[in-house]
Amino acid sequence: MKILKQVAEYLEKGDRERVYELTRQAIEQNVSARQILDEGLIAGMKVVGDRFRKHEIFLPEVLMAARAMNAGMDLIKPLFIKEGVTAIGKIVIGTVYGDLHDLGKNLAGVMLKGAGFDVIDLGNNVPAQKFVETAEKENATVIGMSALLTTTMMEMKNVTNLLKDKGLDKSIKTIIGGAPVSEEYAKSIGADAYAYDAASGVELVKQLV
Amino acid sequence: MRPTIEFLGKNLIQQIVSEAYQILCTLGIEIHNKNVLEIFCDHGVEVDVDKNHVIFKEDIIQKALKSAPKSFKLYDVNGNETNDFSGYNVHFTPGSTSINVLDYKTKQIRKPVTDDYINYVKVVSQLEHIASQSTALIPADVHENISDSYRLFLSLLYCEKPVVTGTFTIDSFEIMKDFQLAVRGTEKALKEKPLTVFSCCPTSPLKWSDVTSQNVVDCARYSIPVEFISMPLAGFMAPVTLVGTLIQHTAETLSGIVISQLTNPGTPMLYGGSPAIFDVRFETTPMGAIETMMIDCAYNEIGKYLGLPTQAYIALSDAKQLNAQAGLESGIGATLAALAGINNISGPGMLDFESCFSIEKLVVDNEICKQVLRLVKGIEPKEDFPALPIFEELLKEKHLLISEHTRKYLREEHIFPGPVINRANRARWKEMGEFILEERAHMEVEELVNSYKPSTLAEDTKKVLINLMEKEGEKYGQTSLPDRH
Repeated sequence: MKILKQVAEYLEKGDRERVYELTRQAIEQNVSARQILDEGLIAGMKVVGDRFRKHEIFLPEVLMAARAMNAGMDLIKPLFIKEGVTAIGKIVIGTVYGDLHDLGKNLAGVMLKGAGFDVIDLGNNVPAQKFVETAEKENATVIGMSALLTTTMMEMKNVTNLLKDKGLDKSIKTIIGGAPVSEEYAKSIGADAYAYDAASGVELVKQLV
Repeated sequence: MRPTIEFLGKNLIQQIVSEAYQILCTLGIEIHNKNVLEIFCDHGVEVDVDKNHVIFKEDIIQKALKSAPKSFKLYDVNGNETNDFSGYNVHFTPGSTSINVLDYKTKQIRKPVTDDYINYVKVVSQLEHIASQSTALIPADVHENISDSYRLFLSLLYCEKPVVTGTFTIDSFEIMKDFQLAVRGTEKALKEKPLTVFSCCPTSPLKWSDVTSQNVVDCARYSIPVEFISMPLAGFMAPVTLVGTLIQHTAETLSGIVISQLTNPGTPMLYGGSPAIFDVRFETTPMGAIETMMIDCAYNEIGKYLGLPTQAYIALSDAKQLNAQAGLESGIGATLAALAGINNISGPGMLDFESCFSIEKLVVDNEICKQVLRLVKGIEPKEDFPALPIFEELLKEKHLLISEHTRKYLREEHIFPGPVINRANRARWKEMGEFILEERAHMEVEELVNSYKPSTLAEDTKKVLINLMEKEGEKYGQTSLPDRH
């Protein structure tokens, strides 16, 4: 469909206004939210992601595209319930208790949103209890945790343990990131995934949901 | 502000130049070439023909400096400008004339063959930060009498960039000039748009050989630019002090300028060189020594003082493999050379006292060149004043990744290295295959060889070049040229 191709094209260019306007027009033309999402917004973001991985474009362009994606999402989200469409997934993110470093977590949040995820950002200094409670309450299927300090990364284990204790570790997956953590550490605490950067984190979350 | 570096200062330069004049006008220079001696005789200079000896006169040196162009440009085979040798402009060119190539697979040196040369040219044609090519390798699979012209032939056939080259014999000049005329069409067109620079080397101390002095004259007759490559060795064939070596370098270079300008005033030239300190432990001439680089930068200052564009063999290494020594010596050299404003920086790709070329090193050095070219662009304010608005935006948005200011200036302010330089975090580097520098460089070489697109030089001209080369080969009994893949 021509209009959805245009949505994708302008999304690739990071043109928020055009994506918003074209999405509005598509809705007016009775194109389904599902189609707008899959053939317009997500199709555009896929191209952006591929180009980013090949270093043809850089983070600012990805984030511009993500912002354009959000503009379109704002319009089609209300139609999801009516159409019975589920979002790609819902994720709760935050920097763990005792740690105020949230740059990496913020970046991950922006990129997850850009990829079409419903993101609940709990900010920094988030206790384990809050991660789990929020995920339960919001029906999120993934918890994303970030830490910059070797002293605070231990806190991640409290979250995975709490999920286990509550018998939620099968329905709520965990992904961790941040300078001191690693694939090995993720395994050792029973987290489901480790991402070394925001972009790879988005791909991993797609597999987890 | 463009960052610069200086070693001498005006007073010291004037003293060095004055002493060099003294040497030329008192001790003179040996020139083992009757034609050149005759040129001096014709200009009323005191010549002892039997001893091949010329005592210079101050006015003739000054006249030569006056007629030598203050700048000149190079153009590719299609006539597009590539190099502007003026002011503090810097351009990189690969190191030149190595007798060995470092074989990536065996890690051993061997004699280069046609395939190596073609691979080199295919790679250099795509390296953005290497402005010209040089005849970097001496192919050993052709008759030795054509090994100099054959390099230029392959270079002109496969790569559009102008060429830094030189002859090994007097006779070779003819064919190497004819190649250029074939590309440009006429002598006038070649003069207007120079395609090559010929390296012409005096012999330290204070001598010119038959071949090299004749090369200077032959190039001048066709207005082909030359670079004078004086090579005093501090502590061996030159005074041990850096200033003493600079005096000798100045005298030798001035003598070349005079030969060139007496032959044809206005012939373009680079005030160049390849001096070195002499390592009295290993009996070697380290190009990667910091003192060697200091001499290079300092004679460049003298060249600039005399109003001439400059050149140096710097940005190379004495390491035997593509290792940390190769990186540090080439990196320091390239950085100093660019800060000093050496107009033509020769060196990338070269190892082992200018005797061994590595194509893998060339692609690594291309990254050094990229960074150094960014360095000399310096730091300039770009919508940074007043500063309040951008900081207000930062505090409001929490980041500036998609700020208009970021998007406008990101690619101007930051450069992005190619795949040879790895900036991934460790986890991603592991995921990418844990390749070390040497492996990444080799992959890049393979990638470039595969992605090579033939030169857009007219096919008819390519045929003329091939015809000329085949005839030249036949003169020395080489009935066919090696296959070209």
